[in-house]
Amino acid sequence: MSDKFDQKQYQNTIKTYQPKPNYLANCIKAFIVGGLICVIGEALTDFYMKVFDFSEKEAGNPTVTTLILIAALMTGFGVYDKLGQFAGAGSAVPVTGFANSITSAALEHKSEGLVLGVATNLFKLAGSVIVFGVVAAYILGMLRYALQHMF
Amino acid sequence: MDYVWAFVVGGGICIIGQLLLDVAKLTPAHVMSTFVVIGAVLDVFDLYDNLIKFAGAGATVPITSFGHSLLHGAMEQTKEHGFIGIATGIFQLTSAGIASAILFGFLVAVIFKPKG
Repeated sequence: MSDKFDQKQYQNTIKTYQPKPNYLANCIKAFIVGGLICVIGEALTDFYMKVFDFSEKEAGNPTVTTLILIAALMTGFGVYDKLGQFAGAGSAVPVTGFANSITSAALEHKSEGLVLGVATNLFKLAGSVIVFGVVAAYILGMLRYALQHMF
Repeated sequence: MDYVWAFVVGGGICIIGQLLLDVAKLTPAHVMSTFVVIGAVLDVFDLYDNLIKFAGAGATVPITSFGHSLLHGAMEQTKEHGFIGIATGIFQLTSAGIASAILFGFLVAVIFKPKG
């Protein structure tokens, strides 16, 4: 019996014991929480446009910054992780999930010190987002630039 | 009406993420990385800009807009600086988000105690 066979059999065996996710309920929860976070974002954009006379484009940055601040604070109080257990992708997909992954990774390693714990682990989870985003944007940007100058 | 479309579109993007988690069994990090790449791809034909016009924060708050902003900032700089603009402009629009995420993440980690 090879090791590979053993592993395959094991994965088939545990499949029957794994809880089946409730697809519909999870989707509804993700929809509602994710939608509400976007509504808060829309309200913040409105607020910055009316109070500070920003254009819709200029209001984007303060909106994102405010959402990140709220998410970081909620992570500090331990509230965002509870929300994450309830909402799944509903709290992970918005930009607040990005802030949560940075803050929680930093908090988790706080005991290892400020430099080696907090600062090094800050991008432990969010790093993949930045790496894949930059690689994709760079390659697509070069393609687009090349196309623009060929035609 | 703006709020309704922000809710529906933002929630809809989260449903796609939830399906990737449950059905495709991806981890949240994989879902976020996938979404950033999708956002960048959608920017190529200005599709994402139309979605933002339509849904407002429903399109700018999900992480897909991060990929869109990366490519968008890069393309804007190429107009002035040519090819090198891709490298100099890539973080132009996302700088506020990344800088504040680093700052607030660090401060919260310094001030708060880890829970659980």
